[in-house]
Amino acid sequence: MELTDSAFVTKARLGDADAFRALVERHSRPLFRLAFRMTGNQQDAEDVVQESFLRAWRQLGRFDERASFGTWLYRIATNCSLDVMRSRKRRSRQDAGPEGAAAEVEDPVLSLPSGDPTPERAALSGEVRGQVAEAMNELSASERTAFVLRHFEGMRIDDISRVLGCQPGAAKHSVFRAVQKLRRALEPLTSGAR
Amino acid sequence: MNHLSEEQLILHYYGEEEDAGAAEQHLGECEECRALYGSLQRVLNVVDSLPVPECGAEYGEQVWKRIEHRLPARRGAFWVWAWPARWRWAAAGAAFAAFLVAAFVAGRFYPHPRQPAQLAVADTQAGERILLVAVGDYLERSQMVLIELANASPKGLLDISAEQERAVDLVSENRLYRQTAAHTGDAVVASVLDELERVLLDITHAPSRLSPGELEKLRQRLEAEGILFKIRVLGSNVRNQEGQKL
Repeated sequence: MELTDSAFVTKARLGDADAFRALVERHSRPLFRLAFRMTGNQQDAEDVVQESFLRAWRQLGRFDERASFGTWLYRIATNCSLDVMRSRKRRSRQDAGPEGAAAEVEDPVLSLPSGDPTPERAALSGEVRGQVAEAMNELSASERTAFVLRHFEGMRIDDISRVLGCQPGAAKHSVFRAVQKLRRALEPLTSGAR
Repeated sequence: MNHLSEEQLILHYYGEEEDAGAAEQHLGECEECRALYGSLQRVLNVVDSLPVPECGAEYGEQVWKRIEHRLPARRGAFWVWAWPARWRWAAAGAAFAAFLVAAFVAGRFYPHPRQPAQLAVADTQAGERILLVAVGDYLERSQMVLIELANASPKGLLDISAEQERAVDLVSENRLYRQTAAHTGDAVVASVLDELERVLLDITHAPSRLSPGELEKLRQRLEAEGILFKIRVLGSNVRNQEGQKL
């Protein structure tokens, strides 16, 4: 029978690296998806995944075993992603003037490795892809986080509030604001697609 | 007929509305809301189509290989530090309680030819002094966290994740001291520690980045409850008592 996260966490706390390895292998892929959607960049997402597990290892003693390990790990990864986004913004401001910085806005879709064309990929070509990425970049950190967790990860508002460490009402409003902003930005592109 | 708000439509899209049947029925009857909902669906479907690079089944193993050599050792000379903070404090509390019991038993039953009562009192006093030193130190550390938050003046969002981590540890400690104070009948100390615990819990549950408005609310709460003042007074009393016990 496969052990639960909780059983692995208990062992890892006592220094069992193999137990922690099991947690890493179990959670790496969903964590990468989250980090990629948060940062919009593959290299940054991989850095976030590694840093999240290193932080989790260091902070295992503080983890409340009554809570979900996955939710706790998501919270760490969310904070790591936000750190990456902040430092990228700082670098971008330092490396280029205002015009250069604007031109360097990351496009998560354009940074993807090329793969087989799918209907979605084909539909999201050119201007649409750029505008979706731009609209995502316009969201505040909390809006983007709440939206990514709700929309892409299918997490319920209550769980999002636990990841963000806020009240469910605040998490709900972050989702609302994100969707409203995306809608304002992208509706002109989709209005002809009826 | 009341139309569905944008928020209700968003909740409906994600299946989180309170009354799914009512929303569905309204959409079936109201063309205007249906059009709005269709527009929302199209926008979110476009966003939904953003692809993510596919990780192979071996990705977790690759991550492990990259981080394995960077993991600091968890099992040190003092394996007890691998315990969760709550267990560590419970163990510390149990050790302290055992010390008090031992002091009491020693004072009560040890065959002292001279002045037995005086020795028992001395042992108990030593225990109280240890508690006073610990509580004094605890109050100073709590005060530091609250002062840092009260005096912060960020231009944008304030990252309080470091303070939150300290607050989590302080909450664990608080319970031990508060229970000890309640057992020894020190109602004033127990009451202040109880208030402090609630404030610390609010800090741990707050967002890790506070907006200026949220920070101002926290400041107002600290001022309204006068918690910093109470901690200072209690800390001063504890230090005085500690000096008298020396």
